[in-house]
Amino acid sequence: MNSLHWSQHLLVVPVLLPLIVGALLIPVNQKRYVLKFSLGLASCVMLWAVAVALLLMADGGHWPAGIGVYLAANWVAPFGIALVVDRLTALMLVLTATIALAVLVFSARRWDRVGVSFHSLFQFMLMGLNGAFLTNDLFNLFVFFEVMLAASYGLVLHGYNLRRIQAGMQYIAINLAASLLFLIGVSLIYAATGTLNLADLSGRVASLGPQDAWLLQIGATVLALAFLTKGAMWPLGFWLPTTYASASAPVGAMLVLMTKVGVYALLRVWLALFGEGAGALGQFGFFALTLGGMATLLFGAIGMWASQDGGRMAGFGAVISSGTLLAVIGHSGSGVLASGLYYLLGSTLAMAAFMLLIELIERIRPPGAALLAITMEAFAIEDKPEDPVGVGIPGTLAFLGLSFAACALVIAGMPPLAGFVAKFSLFHALLAAAPGPVPATTWLLMGLMVAGGLAAIISLMRLGVRTFWAAGVTMPRLQFTEAISIGSLVMLCVLLTMQAGSVFDYLNRATEGLLRSKDYTQRVLGEPPVQRVPGAELRP
Amino acid sequence: MELVLAISVGVVFGSGIWLILRPRTFQLITGLMLMSYAVNLFIFAMGRLWVGKPPITPTPDVDPSLFADPLPQGLVLTAIVIGFATTALYLVMMIGARGLSGSDHVDGEEPRQ
Repeated sequence: MNSLHWSQHLLVVPVLLPLIVGALLIPVNQKRYVLKFSLGLASCVMLWAVAVALLLMADGGHWPAGIGVYLAANWVAPFGIALVVDRLTALMLVLTATIALAVLVFSARRWDRVGVSFHSLFQFMLMGLNGAFLTNDLFNLFVFFEVMLAASYGLVLHGYNLRRIQAGMQYIAINLAASLLFLIGVSLIYAATGTLNLADLSGRVASLGPQDAWLLQIGATVLALAFLTKGAMWPLGFWLPTTYASASAPVGAMLVLMTKVGVYALLRVWLALFGEGAGALGQFGFFALTLGGMATLLFGAIGMWASQDGGRMAGFGAVISSGTLLAVIGHSGSGVLASGLYYLLGSTLAMAAFMLLIELIERIRPPGAALLAITMEAFAIEDKPEDPVGVGIPGTLAFLGLSFAACALVIAGMPPLAGFVAKFSLFHALLAAAPGPVPATTWLLMGLMVAGGLAAIISLMRLGVRTFWAAGVTMPRLQFTEAISIGSLVMLCVLLTMQAGSVFDYLNRATEGLLRSKDYTQRVLGEPPVQRVPGAELRP
Repeated sequence: MELVLAISVGVVFGSGIWLILRPRTFQLITGLMLMSYAVNLFIFAMGRLWVGKPPITPTPDVDPSLFADPLPQGLVLTAIVIGFATTALYLVMMIGARGLSGSDHVDGEEPRQ
């Protein structure tokens, strides 16, 4: 084999494309925002197309065992970095690209103009997200986490004002400390096993001596602390609601996705290390994840109940959804995991839409333009972006109300939308997974999930009533782009509900593959590098 | 040598923890930097401690026990660069916060007396 088939190179596109586009956008003057926006949009559309292509390839039998491997710089697997795409990775890439597209369209008329380098940071963040999904190497995962976080630091501060600075300072400090934990965990795992390649690791765990196994457990726990800080497990997630509430709407929607990366990385690493084939270490830590997830659910539910403004509510909604996912990972039998992933899809889409919606809802209330005034001063942008007034689309209030209701239904898990399907199938899978009598923790988990849904619906209804039925509601004016991005996210939630059957089929295939960690070891370590035949380039 | 290294990593990291729990941003960033130095030393030590062994093998057929593990050294290099960049970013942010809020408290405002 003298070169790779072109389709094989698609694996690296989700990392390279945003990197190149983001770098190209830096020297472009901030005033040429139409050009900047178009480039960013083109990149997002291409990312979406590539992600869908990868999904079709992973699911369509293009690769053995549905796992595609790309050896970066042609180094053989345990020595070089391998990018791996399987059904779950492809799904996360599609989710990322979809939300990124919606968020970018949303920010088209306003948010990309209130500060500098919005588009570059956005692309770098996408690069970090995609890389974190694709990589099969722990240290490379750290690098992509840092890329993603560094971009998010800039984005959290986007539209620089005092509130964002205050929240951003804590957000950055916590994440810097968590990154150090990440490094400690990675180096302990390396000390114990001598490799950082996930596929290689999962093959070696069973044969470790007791000393090394002990070290590996400590390392994995420290690493998990770093992931759980991102994934906002109680008590590591106190930073989340404040950061969400103070970030600008498009950034908040991307943060929703970032929280899920922590959960995703945890799932990946944990199944590779302590899943099937881990020998004596099998199932280490899964129960702790269940307990942590339940505590997080409780924290989220109480917080949701107590919060008054939309941003904080969204933050606690994200905490609830993280808690549910963590508890599900703790239970990770195949059926439970598939339902959990379905829940992840629905809740991520709905939360992202909700984050965007909150900003529009704020416009119904008497305008507080203080934020923009400060921003303008700080950056001295000459031509001010037009105020958030655009074309007054008729029926905006109805549109906002309906979208709000749809998001609330998904977040709270009420019928008829995706949230309900997810929770129902989770309950079903949890009850079916237990052999013999259902353990008390499962009952407790289900009770907490119901309580979380109840808290969500009560507080969201309170917010909705206070906003939409309040006296003196001003007729909001929306941009067409804003309406279309929220509308499409909500429609996706509806589509997800209608196509629940085929989505579940896909997710079942994904989780079955995920639980067979031996396939990964074989595929990744068995991937042959491209052999350069000497003189082959000279041939005509 | 292991003991000396372990104690120094511990002392540096511990000082870092104490500092990041302090209320001023300068103390916070000093603490983060100390912690990152300690972590870098720690990663370095995870390749085991060797004296006088080169990390790079000249030819393929050599006894690997004569050489130090090069990977942790590569990791440390990457970690230093990334830590440096994020620290610089945090410094910029600190200065911005100081200018905007008029306070160097980590909450962005002076605590009420």
